[in-house]
Amino acid sequence: MYHVAGVDVGSGTTKVVIMGEGRRVLGVSELRSGADLEAAAVEGLEKACRVARVDHARIAYVAATGYGRYQVGFRDVQITEITCHARGAHYLFPGTRCVLDVGAQCTRAINVDFHGRVRKFRSNDKCAAGAGRFLERVAKALEVDLEQLGELSLRSKEPQPISSVCAVLAESEVINHVSQERKTEDILNGVHRSIVDRLAALLRQVGLESEVTLTGGVARNIGIVRLLEARLERQVNVSSDAPLAGALGAAVLALERMRKLGAEGTHLYVREGQA
Amino acid sequence: MIVAGIDVGSTATKGVLLHADGRILGRALVPTGANVVRAAERAFQEALRTAGIEDWEVCFIVGTGYGRYKVQFGHAQITEISCHAKGAQFLMPGTRTVLDIGGQDTKAIKVGEAGEVLDFCMNDKCAAGTGRFLEAAAGVLGLDLAEIGDVSLRSRDPLRVTNVCTVFVESEIVSHLAKGRKVEDILRGVHNAIAARSLALLRRVGYEPGLAFTGGVSRNRGMVRALEERLGSPVHASEDSPFMGAIGAALYARERAEHAAAPGKA
Repeated sequence: MYHVAGVDVGSGTTKVVIMGEGRRVLGVSELRSGADLEAAAVEGLEKACRVARVDHARIAYVAATGYGRYQVGFRDVQITEITCHARGAHYLFPGTRCVLDVGAQCTRAINVDFHGRVRKFRSNDKCAAGAGRFLERVAKALEVDLEQLGELSLRSKEPQPISSVCAVLAESEVINHVSQERKTEDILNGVHRSIVDRLAALLRQVGLESEVTLTGGVARNIGIVRLLEARLERQVNVSSDAPLAGALGAAVLALERMRKLGAEGTHLYVREGQA
Repeated sequence: MIVAGIDVGSTATKGVLLHADGRILGRALVPTGANVVRAAERAFQEALRTAGIEDWEVCFIVGTGYGRYKVQFGHAQITEISCHAKGAQFLMPGTRTVLDIGGQDTKAIKVGEAGEVLDFCMNDKCAAGTGRFLEAAAGVLGLDLAEIGDVSLRSRDPLRVTNVCTVFVESEIVSHLAKGRKVEDILRGVHNAIAARSLALLRRVGYEPGLAFTGGVSRNRGMVRALEERLGSPVHASEDSPFMGAIGAALYARERAEHAAAPGKA
């Protein structure tokens, strides 16, 4: 019996999933990436192993993904986050045809086939527009907890429009609204709408199809989820594990690798020195 | 005859009083803030005070800038693109292109011999390459916006700043600091990045030497140097450069007033 790990080192948080042979999730961890990405990956793996009650030495294969994937010293393979999010979304919702991954610094729309393979994708990693970092800054400016942001935005009765796409310029608009004594929930609703507009535009570029799955850290924001559903006029798949989708996909692909290597007769060792 | 130009920008509002003979009698710069109408009034009053002139003596006022319709005492409104071109050609004859870097947008303008706009191109969609970008960099480094240009000139080994987005550049600067890089080298990299973006914008209108650098960022000597290096030709900036929009507006005000006063008219 062996286990694999999927390690997703994002710009905001590092996610690790330990998976058993039957694609069962045994343990997960999430922690802030910080400045030292390699340390974050090591710590994430240790944490997830503890949760899974799995000995390090029994991790037969490690697939790393995310923007810090090359910083994962103990990886066996690195896979782009696009491939991993597609597989992860498919793992969570097998009917997924479109994946929208909204992370701290990057947003991606991915069109996937029935097996969760990437058909087409578009991403924005050049600027903070529509990404989680923008929400973080707005939360700070309005002195609201990031976790409450979405819920609060849904209480709005009179949304205040945000016309700038740029996160920095939008922030000034937010501050202007504050100085005009607009309600926090109304400003937040406008902010969420502006992000949803960007996401919907990205999604259209890859071809909007029936089942949309939201992944990445911003999927935890209920305001984004509800407004996106209203914008797309359809239900959107969201799981509480949505932020783990990249790591889940990496783990699934690690298992596939293992199977392939096994079929080719490659001898697999349980690695030493990691106990 | 005295006329005035009021340039209401996103960050600062500028007021200029001009005599019919072309002398600048007074000027003022105040932060725009949230109350745009009041900022326009304050800039005008402040300019009057520096010139020692009373408001009834001013016979024509032109508003420009993004808040030009908030200049409630203005007689006409003209876009800041026309005004920057007009002002630059007046104060710096021979100007072929104008680069206006303001608080929240950047414009490249191709100018004709009479100060008319031949073509222009702007970035007002994002804060990259604008004054806001420099402000963010100064903020992260704990420096004053007014000093970062001079600090950047001390650099011997400029860093390459790879991000375009202001938000991401802040993190990039933090990570450079964590690696123990020198503040001047980081800043020079930031200025070089803006120069590169400016050149791209200038090329879109057809850059020609004879560049007038206007807008608030033109006060930054580090930016002037970075641009000169990137362009390989001199960049003209003076203490009037931040007021160029208002100066151009005042020149238009003079034309209108003269036109109205011409025999057979009005």
